[in-house]
Amino acid sequence: MREKTPRVVVTFHTTAEAMAMEKLCQSKGLDGKLISAPRALSADCGIAWSAPLALRRSLEDAIRESGIEPEGIHELPL
Amino acid sequence: MIYFDNAATTLHKPQCVIDAVTTAMTSMGNSGRAAHGGALKASRTVYGAREALARFFGCRRPDHVVFTANATEALNIAIFGLLSAGDHVISTDCEHNSVLRPLYALEKQGVCVDFVPSDRRGCIDYDDFGKLLRPNTRAIVATHASNLTGNLTDVARIGKFAHEHGLLFIVDASQTAGSIPIDMEQMNIDVLCFTGHKSLMGPQGTGGLCIGENIDIRPLKTGGTGVQSYLPHQPRELPTHLEAGTLNGHGIAGLLAAVEFVEKTGLHTIHSREAALARRFYEGVCAIDGYTVYGDFSADRAPIVTLNLRDVPSSELGDALFDEYEIATRAGAHCAPRMHRALGTEEQGAVRFSFGYFNTFDEVDAALAALKELSEE
Repeated sequence: MREKTPRVVVTFHTTAEAMAMEKLCQSKGLDGKLISAPRALSADCGIAWSAPLALRRSLEDAIRESGIEPEGIHELPL
Repeated sequence: MIYFDNAATTLHKPQCVIDAVTTAMTSMGNSGRAAHGGALKASRTVYGAREALARFFGCRRPDHVVFTANATEALNIAIFGLLSAGDHVISTDCEHNSVLRPLYALEKQGVCVDFVPSDRRGCIDYDDFGKLLRPNTRAIVATHASNLTGNLTDVARIGKFAHEHGLLFIVDASQTAGSIPIDMEQMNIDVLCFTGHKSLMGPQGTGGLCIGENIDIRPLKTGGTGVQSYLPHQPRELPTHLEAGTLNGHGIAGLLAAVEFVEKTGLHTIHSREAALARRFYEGVCAIDGYTVYGDFSADRAPIVTLNLRDVPSSELGDALFDEYEIATRAGAHCAPRMHRALGTEEQGAVRFSFGYFNTFDEVDAALAALKELSEE
């Protein structure tokens, strides 16, 4: 398997929120991508947003402004 | 074929809708079921459609746009999911069976239902809502336009009344979505039920409901959602709360293209053309002896003109129009039994001509010529 690096991972209750998150980050120029929600964070089979660790504060600010309600915001090696 | 059955479904779809469905069918996976490219393309398309419809109907939140197979399913979700034994609900004689049958079913479960009556022109008296109000009245369910007469309902007036009295307001927009402007906020609509394949000109198998804030609807269906898989019940968050099983992603891709087409063309442009076609037909048929036209033509309306020729059974006239002139209409009862009783056409039925954006004035004139010939037989 490839080498892992620490990432910030945002999980959601619905796919719609994950899609809204992708649009939000694209509109704000925040790097990241949609991934399968890591099993370490969630037993769900949903989609999560993965971004560089350095963007955590920016992501939290953007989420707060947007009204998106994530399931959680986590840090883990991916 | 001259197609005047647009109130049943629009047959002529914009090319962009056809292209969008074709592209979707060759590129989309299952929305919300994985993070690979095919699934994400589907998820992005579906979410794009939620955004477009929320914008189009004045719904504050894209995630409050729930997709269904049609308006009937949307109305069933809203009506069964909001009303309980002991509740009272007010509806109207103008309704389609997609509203009437759920309400009749709820009557057997202890919900009390009253209907605002229609007169012989298909019009209701808005003061009747106040007269029917009870302490346990929970909701009003009303169509935005009769699928039989084309008469518009003043939903803004009913919505204001509903909210002044703390009632939920559920609207059936089957005959207006894509042709008549709708703004949920301005009209105080709590749940808007729409279909995608009529005036919106999207594919069949698409529709949905737009839901206002703080409205908790019990799910009609439960099942796979792609998220929260270990929960024993349906997730509480919209839209997943009311969507179980694979969505019609291919159809929704077409619906998204359809909404964009309507927005680009302009609702006013579409409605003006449809209204002009219907008005020309109405005035033409009124000048031919033997025809009775139903409805109120003194105000803005959906592009529907429904008629009968003397006492000729509507099925015979409808068949003659198609067999002899290849003109497609809808004859019979139109799933609107209360309205037929109000119009006095329960036995005869009626023949409905319904016009769409892609019809032409030449087609209207051809239909008028056919009706004149048939009236002289």
